[in-house]
Amino acid sequence: MAFRGYVRPDGSIGVRNYLLIIPTVVCANKIAVEISKKFPKAAVIPHQHGCAQLKPDLDQTERVLYNFGKNGNVGSVLVVGLGCESISSDKIIDEISLTGKPVDAVMIQEEGGTTKAVEKGVVKAGKLYGEIKEFRRESIDLDKLIVGVECGASDTTSGLAANPAVGRVMDKVIEEDGSVIFGETTELIGAEHILARRAVDAKVAEDIVNIIYSLENKIKETGFDVRGSNPTPGNIRAGISTIEEKSLGAVLKAGNSQINGVLKYGERISSKGLFFMDTPGQDIESITGFIAGGAQVIVFTTGLGTPVGSPITPVIKVTGNHRTFKKMMKDIDIDVSQILLGEETIEEAGEKIFKFLLKVLSGRETCSEKLGHHEFAINRIGMTL
Amino acid sequence: MKEDIYKAIVISPRDNVATAINDIKAGENILVKAIEKSYSIIVKQNISFGHKFAIKKINEGEKVIKYGEAIGIATSDIEIGEHVHIHNIVSLRI
Repeated sequence: MAFRGYVRPDGSIGVRNYLLIIPTVVCANKIAVEISKKFPKAAVIPHQHGCAQLKPDLDQTERVLYNFGKNGNVGSVLVVGLGCESISSDKIIDEISLTGKPVDAVMIQEEGGTTKAVEKGVVKAGKLYGEIKEFRRESIDLDKLIVGVECGASDTTSGLAANPAVGRVMDKVIEEDGSVIFGETTELIGAEHILARRAVDAKVAEDIVNIIYSLENKIKETGFDVRGSNPTPGNIRAGISTIEEKSLGAVLKAGNSQINGVLKYGERISSKGLFFMDTPGQDIESITGFIAGGAQVIVFTTGLGTPVGSPITPVIKVTGNHRTFKKMMKDIDIDVSQILLGEETIEEAGEKIFKFLLKVLSGRETCSEKLGHHEFAINRIGMTL
Repeated sequence: MKEDIYKAIVISPRDNVATAINDIKAGENILVKAIEKSYSIIVKQNISFGHKFAIKKINEGEKVIKYGEAIGIATSDIEIGEHVHIHNIVSLRI
């Protein structure tokens, strides 16, 4: 089973070929964005962080930034720093350089402000873009593929149609020796015992349960009633009665494979198979975590419809709600509501999604890409100082 | 053949609820699609798209099973065809 993608110097693969511009800190956003405007094929990830953060939180932000640079969909990288920020531009450059891809940097204070930094940045970006624009796609097998799987704006069709169908696709990816990352810890409260049963060993089972319990306890400490807030009023109107029902429906999208390990938020995958990453239920932070983990594509189920995409990865939207598909046709790639009408089996729907996935890997744009959706958000685990 | 119109589906053979895939009116005799078979049930209340109803009698304190797993506990006796939702099911988590 093959598709046509890009092979990077370190052997990793990509399904897109971006020049990525990374602002190390929020102060560098405008300069990074202005540079990116000169290059239609550039991706840029402005964010709200990079300084005045406590160490574990800062490390997490840093990890996401350099792992975005390491993602196989990125061909070359320009780092834009201010000069005095807590995040280390050197660390980001060094980490990304380990992949063998071209990396350069421009520092705003060193260059002398916005205009000069943009000018220098455009020159450097031009060279970095030149390095990758001749790259061509080659035939690649699925064994280097990493898929991130997410659900958002769920309704009951998510658990009945979209998630089971997507679960079949994830099983197929794993059968072909590829890898899958799922997460959204909040959405798994109530299903941890099922996930633990599928862990490769006792340690992974314990890690999974600890991650989920730890989150539940943190929420309880705030005095917040987990049970009272999840399912949401929208979920309840749609027929979801308990958090267990919601979580069990959510877990289906990861398929039935053994869970080989757990990942910290934004931690890069280092072996094969199905992995659980500790991400929040917030969709954009979650998929940002998966992409930092190495995911070259995201498969995203949605019952009520959400338009979100991502800067360096195609996001494939799947819905089991025909009304949503008709209303938001330009934002949703695949309709599997036929499962609910008995017109299509879950297996057939899974095949349909898988065929589309292969086309997307080989270059076909998803709705979110055509509409220019580039949502990016890094999960924070500490306060801003 | 398409003349069989399912109005609800059962996901696992262990389930004691079905989920409506169409709005159902109280008193309707509907076709439920289960694993490798289908059967008729008379629904006792209006059941909206996405909502559940019992396909077996569920006693107060018993587990409500969907996807083959417990999704909660019944807080009152539930007859076949009755709506199962936040008024008669509560989470297992405290």
